[in-house]
Order: sequence, then C-alpha cells, then structure tokens
Amino acid sequence: MAAPSYGLIATFDTTPDLYHAAAKVRDAGYRNWDCITPFPVHGLDKAMGVPRSIVPRISLAGGIIGFCTGMSMIWWTGAVDYQLIVGGKPLFSPMFAFPVSYELTILFTAFATIGGMLFLNGLPMHYHAVLKYEHIRRGMDDQFFIVIETRDPRFNLANTKALLEKAGGKNISELEA
Amino acid sequence: MAHAHHADTATPAILQEVKPASLPRAILVANNRSFSWITEKICGIIEGKTPTWWWVCFALACFVASFTVAGIAYLISTGVGVWGHANPVNWAWDIVNFVFWIGIGHAGTLISAILCLLRQKWRTSINRAAEAMTIFAVVCAAIFPVFHVGRVWYAWYLFPIPNSNAIWQNFRSPLEWDVFAVSTYGTVSVLFWYVGLLPDLAVLRDRFYSSGNKLRSALYGFFALGWRGSNRHWSNYEMAYLILAGISTPLVLSVHTIVSFDFAVSLLPGWHTTIFPPYFVAGAIFSGFGMVLTLMLPLRAVYKLEDLITQYHIDCMCKITLATGTIVGYAYAMEFFIAWYGANPYEGFAFINRAFGHYAWAYWIMISCNVITPQFFWFKAVRENTSFVWILSIFVNVGMWFERFVIIVTSLARDFLPSSWGYYSPSIVEIFTFFGTFGVFSVLFLLFIRFLPIMPMAELKAVTPQADVHGGGAHH
Repeated sequence: MAAPSYGLIATFDTTPDLYHAAAKVRDAGYRNWDCITPFPVHGLDKAMGVPRSIVPRISLAGGIIGFCTGMSMIWWTGAVDYQLIVGGKPLFSPMFAFPVSYELTILFTAFATIGGMLFLNGLPMHYHAVLKYEHIRRGMDDQFFIVIETRDPRFNLANTKALLEKAGGKNISELEA
Repeated sequence: MAHAHHADTATPAILQEVKPASLPRAILVANNRSFSWITEKICGIIEGKTPTWWWVCFALACFVASFTVAGIAYLISTGVGVWGHANPVNWAWDIVNFVFWIGIGHAGTLISAILCLLRQKWRTSINRAAEAMTIFAVVCAAIFPVFHVGRVWYAWYLFPIPNSNAIWQNFRSPLEWDVFAVSTYGTVSVLFWYVGLLPDLAVLRDRFYSSGNKLRSALYGFFALGWRGSNRHWSNYEMAYLILAGISTPLVLSVHTIVSFDFAVSLLPGWHTTIFPPYFVAGAIFSGFGMVLTLMLPLRAVYKLEDLITQYHIDCMCKITLATGTIVGYAYAMEFFIAWYGANPYEGFAFINRAFGHYAWAYWIMISCNVITPQFFWFKAVRENTSFVWILSIFVNVGMWFERFVIIVTSLARDFLPSSWGYYSPSIVEIFTFFGTFGVFSVLFLLFIRFLPIMPMAELKAVTPQADVHGGGAHH
C-alpha cells in the first residue's frame, strides 16, 4: 500500500468480546490504541488501562475562578467604583454577594468542565482516520472496534495483526491516514 | 497470611445461612431489543417522511405563537401599561407566568441531573425530551421579565456591563440574583443538553452520510464536533457528564430558591415566609413532572415507544408527581398553621383572605388541582390508564399556574392598608401574550422531535443487558 497507514482496525460484535480483547491489547504493552464503542462501556477503562479522567481538576479551577469573580465583581462595583449605599448598610458583605457568586461558581464550572473535556479529547476534530473507515457507521450503532496506531513503538504489521486475530477481532484491515 | 485468610472468611454464621433474595431488576428496554433496533427506532423518527400530524400541529402551534408575537409587538410600540398592572398589583401575570414556566423547566433538570446522581437508570429514555422541555420553558419564562422592564432595549441594564452612566446593579436585590440564577440556568441547561447530544449527532452524521444526504450529514457532523466513539473520549466525557449532573443539582435547587426570594425577602404578608424556598422547589418539580407526562404520553403513543417508555417509567413519574404534590399540599397546610401560630394579624388575614376573599375561586382551583389530583396516583389502576394519567397531568399544570397566581396576586391586592387595596384583572394583551407562549413552546418542541433524537441512544444502549461486559446481564 502506497498511502501511509494510520493503523489497524478490528471489529468485535459483542461487549464481552471487546472487553476481553482490550485487556489482551493492554497486556501486550500497546500505548497508542483505542476502542471505538457506540456507548460508554462500563469497565472498559480498566480493561484498557485508561487512567481516571482529570476533568474534575479543571472543573474545580473553573468553580474557584467563578466564585472569586462573583465576589470581587460585587465588591468592586458597589464598594469601590461607584459606592452605592442601600438601606444604610455596609457597602460590601459576602452575605448578599453570595447568591450571585454561587451562580457564577456553577456557570464557570460548567464552562470549565465542557471546555476541559473537549480540550482533553482534542475535539472538535472533524477529520480523523477512524471516521474514514467504511464501516464506521456500525461503530456508532452496534459494533465495536479496536484501533492500534502505527506510531505505537510496538506496532508491527504482522505481529499486531496476529494479536488482534488471536483476541477475536474480525475484519481486520488497515486504516488510511 | 493464615491470619488474613481467616479474616476474609470470618463472616457471622448467620450470613452464611441467609440467602439474599435475588430481586429482579426493572427492565428498562422491553422485549430484549438489540442495539441496532434502538438506533433504527430513534433515527427512524428523524429520517422518515414528515408525518401529516406534525405539519398540522406545527401550523397550529405557529398560529398560537403569533399571539405572543402580536402581544409583545403591541407592548413594545405602546408601553408596559397595556398590561393590566396598576396599584397595588404592580406585577401579576408576568411574574406568575415567569415562575410557572421556570418551574416546568425544573423537572427536566431533575430528571437529567438529580436522577443521574441517584443512578435512577429509568431516566435515560425520558431525559433528552425533558431537557429540551427545560430549555424551551426557560425561553418562554424569559419573555415575561424581559418585556416587563417596559423599554426592552434597556434590558441589558440587568447585567453588569460598563455603561455611560457609570453606575452598577444593586446586588442586594433578589431580582438581580434572579437575573444571574435564570441566565446561568438557561446556559447550563443548554450546555448539558448539547453534551448529551454529541454522540447521537455523530450517529446521525454517519447515517446521513451513508444514505447519501451530504448536506444533513455535514450539518449534524458540524455539531457532532468529530465525535468518534473513542473510549478514551468516553472516559473524559462520562466524567464531564457526571460533574455537569453534580453542579446542575444545586443549580436547579438554587434557581427556584432564588425565584422564591423574589417574594420571601419582601415584607408582604403571605410572602415573607421561610417555607418558600423548599415549597417552591417541590412545586416546581411537581409542575414539571406534570408537563413531562403531558408531553411524553402522546409522544409515546404516536411514535410507538412503548418498549422504551415502559409502564415502569410511567409509574415512576406518577409516583414522583404524587410525592411532590403531597409535599406541596403539606406546605399549603403549614402556611396556614404558621399564619395562625405566628399570631401576626396581617399574616393571619392574608391567609383567610386567600381562602375566602375575592380570589377564593382561584385558591380552590389550586387546592383541588394540586392536592386532590395527585392522590389518584396512589392507585395502580390509575397509573396504568394512560389517558387518565394524561388528563390528571393537565390538572397539575393548571393547578400550578393558579398557585403562583394565588400567591402573587392575593398578597398584593390586600396588603397592610385597606386604603390601598385593589382588585386585579388581566388585560386582553396579557392573556394573549401568555396564551401564545404555549405556541412558542410547542413550535420549539415540535422542531426538536423532528430534527433531533428524542432519546439518548448511547445511554439507552448502555442500560440494555447486552451492554454488560460480563455478558451476565441477560440472566438477571
């Protein structure tokens, strides 16, 4: 094949087949590989050796920034920039500033969570070798794929193909980059 | 080593004798349907020909929505005086309708967020439509306060945007809290909904591509952001979804709490009560489930979704309606008790006046719809009679509108000074504007069921027995 290859793709028909195959690929020491599933398969992260997602840290940072934004905005606008006396009360108190800061905490957490998730996943990415696979539609529907990339140091066309075959993969073919 | 081994098996003798009962799990997707059946079923709704009933409903909805457009156009060109507000009732239907629509939205967030955290898997078949309902309800709700400001082109004054007058908002006002609460709620609801849609948009992208419809494939594909079902992506995605559920839960509770602060922070008899936040939240969920039933039951019948929205789902929704309706009934009783026990003559009068004054008709509509109606859901025979459940859900919607009317108008019309008492009736413009919002809501909802997957396919597949990696799910 003249065109550079992205990797090998193998098809699995059931969730347990995929699960056991993923564990075999993990044990073979591959790093640049992935499972394509139509829904989040419970327990597959462990079978693949995917570490726990770090999205929560980004969310926490977003939440802290949101809360501080709320408090400092209310303090600066009402007590510094234009001192507004309402009912003879102090210019600032964290009590009355709380509801707005609370809502901004949630708002910024939501932005950070979704932004973080997309950033970590490298999305949006409308062009991808996997999306060019002719049967990708089934991967969004009812089949499961394992993709092992050529850039993986352990990748070797014959050996990797043998591993996928041994793991029960069907329809093993090369993906164009 | 031997010691550790001993510790592992050292369970009380009784535990070895007791055999735990194997409770059957509720079946969430009936008739053992396959993954591709789910995809075909949901996508088929979008890919098929537009049914005639859809066009009829859409035309009708557009006609009804034109009442809101006309009402608002008249208000903008004339002034806010075209609404029936006058001293002492300076806000009435606008805030009633606002609270009514926001409350309806809350069931969507409850289903998508709180039930997600509580691992109530039955939520999967209804959460997409319920979240859509939330967003469209927030749109309808926002119309009223925005246009009540009178000169709507100054509505941006609600937000802390630097302006030539160099003044800022009064952040001590619950109305300003409300601005932040509702706009955060609207934004987060849209984001939550969109994140849930991502994998399903990818399904549609690939299906339209293989059926040769390149334009629709490109459109769905653009919004699918290149989702490819990668498990490394799913890992981050599921974590993000869980966090969104986690933050939406305090959000939904805080939004209606802050809405209730609009009243509770004032000093008016009948409003100035600490029971308002939980009472408003329960009422919101009650009305929202009423609306979910009103929408989902016809949808289930039209699209033959009985295998996905099973009797178990309807039972669950009826029971939540019953529980929250009973909480609301308890709150009504407790308000009366505290008004008497608090020995404040103004407070006492406000409640006697609610039940027996000029607005008694509204009060008793509210009581019969909200307290009596849900009690029918105690009976299995009622919950299994879909048409009857649907009729009851309409009563819930009506009752909850009247609840807001009773709370807001009776307290304003009869406050401390008899010399300032009045009686409020809506103007025809207000009635038209409110009537039209049902059209606005329906237009949006009809577009949603025509162009977007009404159920989250990925989530539905994940709760089927064959999704279990140990292949054991089918035996349970």
